Amino acid sequence: MAEPGGPDPAVSELQRLVAAEEQRAQFTAQVHNFMDVCWDKCVDKPGSKLDSRTESCLASCVERFIDTTLSITNRFAQIVQKGGH
Amino acid sequence: MEGGFGSEFGAAGGGAGGKLDPGLIMEQVKVQIAVANAQELLQRMTDKCFRKCIGKPGSSLDNSEQKCIAMCMDRYMDAWNTVSRAYNSRLQRERANM
Repeated sequence: MAEPGGPDPAVSELQRLVAAEEQRAQFTAQVHNFMDVCWDKCVDKPGSKLDSRTESCLASCVERFIDTTLSITNRFAQIVQKGGH
Repeated sequence: MEGGFGSEFGAAGGGAGGKLDPGLIMEQVKVQIAVANAQELLQRMTDKCFRKCIGKPGSSLDNSEQKCIAMCMDRYMDAWNTVSRAYNSRLQRERANM
């Protein structure tokens, strides 16, 4: 398969597959983080199913957490630019 | 993850032949990732469900506590799916706007 003296194409294939898995793992790790915050905010006593109010709270929680992250990032960049800290 | 990836992939790494089998290696990688994710899920689920279901810890888990734990586990996984879908949607939307 590999040309003598050339790079093994299986290596770059492996790198590609590993990068895809890393991205998937990052997504999963983020979901765990959201769960940590949003479960406490949205779920009272666990029932026999999640009612629609809870479902919608969980979805909103994710969106608002991301919005908050963006707000903080942007404002912090401005603060730093103005010479603070 | 403990132990790193090196030693477990010796066989799939081709041994004396030196030829990599990406398919075989990735199978093992995916299994390890799945195991680590399951451990993470269980640890966090246990924390949340203990807090929701157990008031003053007694000398054993009574029936209502056990039922609560079972329901809590199911709801935690339902919530996980909801959060996962919401996050995925947001990512798609952000990518569409780029």
